[in-house]
Amino acid sequence: MYDIMQQSLKENDIPRIQETLESVSGATDAARAPRMEALGLNAWYGKTQALFNVTLSIPRNKVLAIIGPSGCGKSTFLRSLNRMHEEVGGSIGGSILLDGEDIMDRDPVFLRRKVGMVFQKPNPFPTMTVAQNVVAGLKLNGMRDRKELARIAEENLKRVALWDEVKDVLHKPGSSLSGGQQQRLCIARTLAVEPEVILMDEPASALDPISTMKIEELIDELKKKYTIVIVTHNMQQAARISDFTAFFYMGKLIEVDKTAKIFTKPTHRQTEDYVTGSFG
Amino acid sequence: MPQSVNEHNDMPSGQQDKRPAARALSLRGMLRKNPGDLIFENVTRFFAFVVLSLVFLMVYEMSVQSWPSIRHFGFQFITSSEWDPVNDIYGALPFIYGTLFSSLGALLFAVPLSVGVAIFLSEIAPGWLEQPLSMLVELLAAIPSIVYGLFGIFVMVPWLQTDVQPFLIEEFGWMPLFEGAPYGFGMLAAILILTIMVLPIITSISRDVMRSIPDTQREAAMALGATRWEAIRIVLTGAKSGILSASLLGLGRAVGETMAVTMVIGNSADISLSVLNPAHTMASVLANEFAEATSQLYISSLIEIALLLFVMTLILNAIARAIVWRITRRFGATAA
Amino acid sequence: MSTTALYTWRKFKNATMLSLTGLSLLAVVGVLFLILAYTVSKGINHINWDLITKMPAPVGEEGGGMANAIVGSLILVSLGSAYGIPVGLFAGIYLAQTEKGWFARTVRFLTEVLNGIPSIVIGVVAFIVVVLPMKRFSALAGGFALGILMIPLITRTTEEMIRLVPSSFREAGLALGIPRWKTMMFVILPAAFKGIFTGIFLSIARVIGETAPLLFTALGNRFWSTQLDQPIASMTVFIYDYARAPFDDWNQQAWAASFILIMLVFVLNIIFRFVTRKTYTA
Repeated sequence: MYDIMQQSLKENDIPRIQETLESVSGATDAARAPRMEALGLNAWYGKTQALFNVTLSIPRNKVLAIIGPSGCGKSTFLRSLNRMHEEVGGSIGGSILLDGEDIMDRDPVFLRRKVGMVFQKPNPFPTMTVAQNVVAGLKLNGMRDRKELARIAEENLKRVALWDEVKDVLHKPGSSLSGGQQQRLCIARTLAVEPEVILMDEPASALDPISTMKIEELIDELKKKYTIVIVTHNMQQAARISDFTAFFYMGKLIEVDKTAKIFTKPTHRQTEDYVTGSFG
Repeated sequence: MPQSVNEHNDMPSGQQDKRPAARALSLRGMLRKNPGDLIFENVTRFFAFVVLSLVFLMVYEMSVQSWPSIRHFGFQFITSSEWDPVNDIYGALPFIYGTLFSSLGALLFAVPLSVGVAIFLSEIAPGWLEQPLSMLVELLAAIPSIVYGLFGIFVMVPWLQTDVQPFLIEEFGWMPLFEGAPYGFGMLAAILILTIMVLPIITSISRDVMRSIPDTQREAAMALGATRWEAIRIVLTGAKSGILSASLLGLGRAVGETMAVTMVIGNSADISLSVLNPAHTMASVLANEFAEATSQLYISSLIEIALLLFVMTLILNAIARAIVWRITRRFGATAA
Repeated sequence: MSTTALYTWRKFKNATMLSLTGLSLLAVVGVLFLILAYTVSKGINHINWDLITKMPAPVGEEGGGMANAIVGSLILVSLGSAYGIPVGLFAGIYLAQTEKGWFARTVRFLTEVLNGIPSIVIGVVAFIVVVLPMKRFSALAGGFALGILMIPLITRTTEEMIRLVPSSFREAGLALGIPRWKTMMFVILPAAFKGIFTGIFLSIARVIGETAPLLFTALGNRFWSTQLDQPIASMTVFIYDYARAPFDDWNQQAWAASFILIMLVFVLNIIFRFVTRKTYTA
C-alpha cells in the first residue's frame, strides 16, 4: 500500500476541476462558479484525523459522486459539508464556501436549510404522518399556513414520484411505507425546505434493486435544479448517475475528474486499482 | 503518511490552509450558536443543577438543624442508649442497633431466598414463564409499604403470636435469641416483613447478573459432565460480586424502610438480643416521634438520626455502585 | 466413596438444590398472593360509595369514608408533580444530551443517590425546609416531599427513553435545518413520549403509596381541607391511622382503602411494563 502511495506522489499531475468544468459547460462566469467549495478541509474524530487538507469544488447543477474504500473519509467529507460531522462529536478545520461565502462562521441551522441531506437508512420521523414528514422542516421552522403546507407536501411528493402511491395514506405514519417509499419520502422532506445542494450518503444501499433504480432516476431528474453530492460504494452506480467523481483514500482526496475519465483513464494508480477492483 | 501528500492535493489556485486548528474554529462556531439552542441548553442545565442542589440542600439543612444535638451530645449520641425526652437526654444506640439487627436479619433470609428465585428465573424456568414470573416478583416491590404494614398488623403479627412464637419459646427458649414472651409485635415481625420487602430488588439484580454470564461457561461445565446444579454453581461463582452488590442495595432499602417496620416492631427503645422483644429502628422512631417532638433538642436529635440514616444509605449505595462499576470494568477489560 | 455412590450423591444433590430454587420462587409468589388475597377479601366488602364520598365519621361512630383523604392525596400528588415532573423531565433531557463532563456525571450519580435516600429522610428535609419556616404542617410541605421522591425516577426514565430513540431521527431533524432544541422537543421527545409518560405515571404510582414523608409534613386531617397552607389528609395516612385504631369498623375501612391503593398502583405498574417492553423491542 505504501508503495502505491509513493508512486502516486511522483506523478505530479493535479486534478483541474475548474478547467474540466469550463470544457464541459462553457457557461457564463456566474453559472460556472462552483456552488460549494471545500478549502483545506481537515476533520477529526476526537484526536483521530479523518480528513487531511481536502480542497474540492462542487460544480453547480451536477452530480458529484464520491467513491473510495470504507473508512476513506468520504462520509466524513459529506457530513462536513453541512456540518453534521460536528453533531456526532467531530471537529472541522478549514473553510467551506457556499456560493463564495464561508459557512463556518454562521449558525449551522442556516447552512443546513441550503444544504440538505439524505441518509443511508430511510429515517422518516416516527411520530409524524406521511404528510407531516414532508413539511416537518418548514413547520418546525415556523411555517403555520395549513393550506400552504398541504400544497407543499403534495408538490414535493409529486417531485419524488411518490404522490400517486401515497395520496390515500397521507395520514398514516411515515414509517408505515415500504423502505423505498420511505427513502423517497425522506428526499421529499429534504426538497421541501428548498435547499440548493443535496448531500446523499449512500441513499440506495439499504434498498432493493427496483427502489434503487427509482432513486437513481430521481437523482437524474433532480440535478436539473439542484447540486448533488452522493457518496456511494457502488461504482456502477457512480458511473451511471454522476457527472464528476472524486476518489478518496485514507482521508485524502486522491483524484477528481469527469466520471467517464475516472472510470476509463484515471490519472492515479490508486484510483485505477480501486475502480478496477484490484484494491481495498 | 508522508506530509507531502497534502501539498499534492492542493488546488491549482494555490489556496493553502492557513487557518487555525479545528479547536479555535469550533469556538468560533460556539459564539454563533443558535439562540434557541443556547436558551434550551441552559434551561435544561438549570434543571439538572436543581437536582444537584437538592441533594446538597438536604445535607446542608440536616447538618445545620442537627448541630445543636451534635454539639450537645457529641459522639455519645451514637453510643448512649438513653432516650429520655422527658429529661431531654438523647442517645440513639437502641435505634441504630434495631436498624442494623432488623436489616441484617432480613438479609439473612432474603439473600438465599432471592438467589434461589433468581437461579430459578435465569437458569431453570422456560423462556415463556420467565417474564410473567419476574413480573410477579417485581410486583411485590410495587406494593406500598403501608399495605405491608397493614398485612403485618392484622395477619402476620397474630400468626406469630399464636403459632410461631410459642413454638420458638418452647423449643428454643433457652437461647437468648428466643427469650421472652409471645407479643407478636417485635423484632421477628420486622425482620420477616423486611425480608419480603427487599426480596424483589435483590432478586431482579441477581437475575440480571446471572443472565449476563456467557452461556459458554454453562456449556463448558455441562460438557465436562457436571450436573445442572454444578453448572449453576459455576455461574454463581461468576455472579458473586453482583449478588453482593444486590444485597447491599437490599440492605439500603431495609435500613430506610419505615412504615411497615413501624407498624410491627412494637416501638420500644430497648436493646435486646431476643427477636421476640419489641424494638425500634432509626426510621420508626422518626415516624413515631417526629410530629410530636416539642423541645428544640428533641427535634435536633431526631434530625441527627435522619442524617445518620442518610449517611448509612449513601455509603451502602456507594459501595454497591462501586462494585457494579468494578464488575463492568473487568468485563470490559476482558472483552477488549 | 465409590464412583456410583458419588454419582448418586451428585444426582441427589442436583435434584435437591433445583427443587429448592423452585420452592423459593413458590414461597415468594405465595406471599404475594397471600397479601393480595387478604387485601381483596378484607377490603372488597367495605368498598362502597360511602368510603369514597363521605367524610370520616366522628370517633366512635360507625361508617363514614375517606373523601377528604382521596382529594388530599390527589392534591399532594399534584403539588409534587407540579415541580417534580418538570425538574425530572428537563434534568433527564439534559443528561440524555450530555453524555460526558463532570457536571453530567455528578448529576447522574446524585440522581442515584436521591433514589436511594429513605423517604422518611426526605420527609425530615421537607419538615426543615417548609414546615419550620411556615411554623405549621401543610399540604405544601407534603407536596414538596413527594416531588423530591418523583425526581430521580422521572430523570432516569426520561434519559433512558430518549437514549432509546435512534440517533438517525436526531440527525434527520438537524439536517433539515431544524435547531437542536426543536429537534429535541418536537422530533425526539414525541418518539420517546410513551415511555416517558408511563415513567411519570410510575413515579406517581410510587409516591401515591408513600406514607412516611407525609407523617410530619402534610400530617393528616380529619376534616375537609383543600387549603395548601393547612394540614391535609391523604389515603396512606388514613390507612395508617385507621389500622392502629381500636375500632373494628375503622380497621376494615383501612383494608378497603388499601385495596383501592393497591389496585391503583398495580394497574399503573402493569401498564408501564407493557409499554416499556414494547418500546424496547421496537
